[in-house]
Amino acid sequence: MGRARLYPDEPSGPFPSPPSTIEDREGRDIEIRAPGQLTTDLDAVVEMYDQFDPTDRAQGIPPTGEDRIRNWLETIADESVNVIAHHKPNGDVDGDTEVIAHAMLVPDADDPAAIENNSDIEWELAIFVLQDYQQAGIGTHLLKHLLGHASDVGIERVWLTVERWNNPAIALYERVGFEASGTESFEQEMSIRLE
Amino acid sequence: MNVLVGLGGSDESVKTLRQTIDRTQDVGDDLTVAVLEKPESKRSQGEMYEEADSLLSEAGVDADLVRLEGDPGSALVDHAEQGEFDQLVIGGGTLSPMGKIQLGPITEFVLLNAPTTVKLVR
Ligand SMILES: CC(C)(COP(=O)(O)OP(=O)(O)OC[C@H]1O[C@@H](n2cnc3c(N)ncnc32)[C@H](O)[C@@H]1OP(=O)(O)O)[C@@H](O)C(=O)NCCC(=O)NCCS
Repeated sequence: MGRARLYPDEPSGPFPSPPSTIEDREGRDIEIRAPGQLTTDLDAVVEMYDQFDPTDRAQGIPPTGEDRIRNWLETIADESVNVIAHHKPNGDVDGDTEVIAHAMLVPDADDPAAIENNSDIEWELAIFVLQDYQQAGIGTHLLKHLLGHASDVGIERVWLTVERWNNPAIALYERVGFEASGTESFEQEMSIRLE
Repeated sequence: MNVLVGLGGSDESVKTLRQTIDRTQDVGDDLTVAVLEKPESKRSQGEMYEEADSLLSEAGVDADLVRLEGDPGSALVDHAEQGEFDQLVIGGGTLSPMGKIQLGPITEFVLLNAPTTVKLVR
């Protein structure tokens, strides 16, 4: 592979671990969970991405159309680490909850099944919040819980790329401790070290 | 059409060349293949040159094959400006483990500076 990726010297954290229920800035109850396997919640997550506004896609993901979304998630599901945010509509005690945000880490390895320690490899991050739920603080909470969960399972190095003009996302990443890690092109690469 | 294709030395470069060769055969374009100096890539400039040479001869395509020294983006754009090219072809980005399309700094430089139409091959 190409050049080694740089990471901040100082680790960031601690971050909260799922599960948690938080109230967003609109007063909605949002439950954040980490499914053991993405496959358990796959249908609900596919449904969320199917509702995702294509103008908010980032570097080609999520793909559009249910089949392609499912295919994409199945390809990365096996070894990925996920957190999912559900909204329980008010007053609905045991009714349906809806997936409204998803964040994940995907191992950067040729043979993910052969990984012994999660700290041996680097993990790529992505996060998506459904349009109606954006700018209510959910992205920040979800990201922190993903990093908390990552730290719980021994992950130390996390990186991502983000379109250089995606200011909301860059602001979010910087706030939790990500730093720009080189590469000047359409995408900004950023990385964080977890404690 | 007079086509210039730029190759770094990645698998993406090989795919780009294969597709460009197919297209050349279909429509009878004139083809120039420029092998760039990109030390961090999988194949050295010499290896990429050899591989391009054999792909071209296997396909029976008569193309100009050149080596360009120096910064890959600017060397390629310079070469495009010197010749009478109608189109410049480069690789269209790699996929991250997540499936995100990533365009490198060379692609960005070429897109912003090339005098011709630029084609990205996926
Ligand atoms: C990036 C994203 C995950 C942020 O989620 P969110 O729930 O809206 O984030 P938050 O509400 O926690 O906002 C975090 C900060 O981002 C900034 N921000 C969020 N949306 C913004 C917008 N539209 N314009 C400007 N700043 C914005 C604010 O600084 C906000 O800080 P505040 O809480 O002080 O207002 C969400 O916008 C999204 O899913 N975007 C589309 C997909 C994407 O680009 N993902 C990132 C690449 S994988």
